[in-house]
Amino acid sequence: MSEPFIHLSGVRKIYRTRGVEMLAVSEATFDVGAGELVSLVGPSGCGKTTLLKILAGLHSHDAGTVRIGTRDQPFDPARDIGMVFQQPLLLKWRKVLDNVLLPAEILGLPLAASRERARDLLRLVGLQGSEEKFPYELSGGMQQRASIARALVHDPKLILMDEPFGALDALTREKMNLELLRIWQKAKKTILFVTHGITEAVFLGTRVIVLTAGPARMADNFRVDIPHPRTLDVKTQEKFGEYTRRIYHLLGME
Amino acid sequence: MIAPTIRSGERLVGDNLQRYTIAVLSHLALVAAWHFFIVLGKVPTFVMPSPYATLHALLVPNYRWIENISVTAIEIFGGYFLAIVVGIGIALLFSWFRVLEMTMMPLLVTLNMIPKVALGPLIIVWFSYGIGPNVAMAFAICFFPIVLTTARGLREVEPDLLDLVRTLKGSRWQIFTKIQLPGALPYIFSGMKVAAILAVAGAIVGEFLGSDRGLGYLMLQVQVTLDTAAMFMAVILITLLGMILYGFVLALERLLVVRDARI
Repeated sequence: MSEPFIHLSGVRKIYRTRGVEMLAVSEATFDVGAGELVSLVGPSGCGKTTLLKILAGLHSHDAGTVRIGTRDQPFDPARDIGMVFQQPLLLKWRKVLDNVLLPAEILGLPLAASRERARDLLRLVGLQGSEEKFPYELSGGMQQRASIARALVHDPKLILMDEPFGALDALTREKMNLELLRIWQKAKKTILFVTHGITEAVFLGTRVIVLTAGPARMADNFRVDIPHPRTLDVKTQEKFGEYTRRIYHLLGME
Repeated sequence: MIAPTIRSGERLVGDNLQRYTIAVLSHLALVAAWHFFIVLGKVPTFVMPSPYATLHALLVPNYRWIENISVTAIEIFGGYFLAIVVGIGIALLFSWFRVLEMTMMPLLVTLNMIPKVALGPLIIVWFSYGIGPNVAMAFAICFFPIVLTTARGLREVEPDLLDLVRTLKGSRWQIFTKIQLPGALPYIFSGMKVAAILAVAGAIVGEFLGSDRGLGYLMLQVQVTLDTAAMFMAVILITLLGMILYGFVLALERLLVVRDARI
């Protein structure tokens, strides 16, 4: 394997509140290649969100090394991160297009070009025609599409997604999984996808990293050997079942 | 894909027209009920005047309606405007300097518990008679709701949204102008709506306590001669002033705050 885009080694994070120490992340050691879509899966309290925030530069870590970027693909922490959260968090008072433009405005990118790019991205996520609508005029799934476009507008190299489809109904969620794969293949970004959905993690990931709680630690890291493009049919494959069983087993749910 | 909620523009206009018609009709019905109550009940005018007698009071030149309306309007709008500027200003300072909020906010809450009306005699000692003390009274009574709601609105920011801006190394000023302030706008307007009603009450109470002009002052004058019709007219005019102020704030809110975000 060539130089990985993200390299984590022995990352540990401890929260201290009123003298009590809580281990949030430990033994996090993994590499992510450029252009991979890696799922981070685990129960609540396993530290997956904390790990994401460490990568986003929002949290510090107490031990281990975190390195992002390669010589060919240098990483600028100010403009190479796109974030998608469980809630779309669109600004209610801005139209969809202006919401997508927010990161470009903050970074001070040329507005005319960004506007063009935002329109292209809205087309990519299937929201053409909704540019001039307000968020309240969109369904939950459409709002989340807009927030994905927002995460892409400044052309970051790394997209961090924290349970982006966790608040959607089951059907919309399946649809969004397919959409995300399509967007990922078009946009060619490195994506870290945090979820507690086991089938979702396997279906989306080129690789799955399993985190367990109590105490928080990294339990597994394996390649998902199912070729892309994937369709919902892969969920019926025997291989798919083996992967999900492997995760269920690690999480002690068998 | 799920289609967005469809809102037909035409139907909305029709609905509005119907709503306004009903509102006008119910007001006319109230006036009619008032009229028939007086006429059929043979109520003496000094107890309760008819709508006609009330209108007629406008023709008494001695009452100098125009001047009194102007004075009261200046007191209401002046006190209200001052409260908006000072109230929002203080709330902004609170959000910029946490220490200031921590020390001043409990103080403000305590001061807010003072019945502002009780300050009337003091205000007269400090500012003497005239428009000044009544502006001060209107200000004092409607200043707090604006500070409290604005401060609250500036505090209500989604932590994840802050994270989003932080990953882009956005400045505090950017967070303020792009997220905090527009996000606080619905709260500011909810405070301004409450304050609009209070400002009217403040100005009138001020005039009751000590004044030589204004609609509240006029009411006290005609009370002596039992000109109930003029008192009714004064109350109606005060109400109209309040409605103008409230309507203006409401229109501004519609202009500035997206429908979904209004509180």
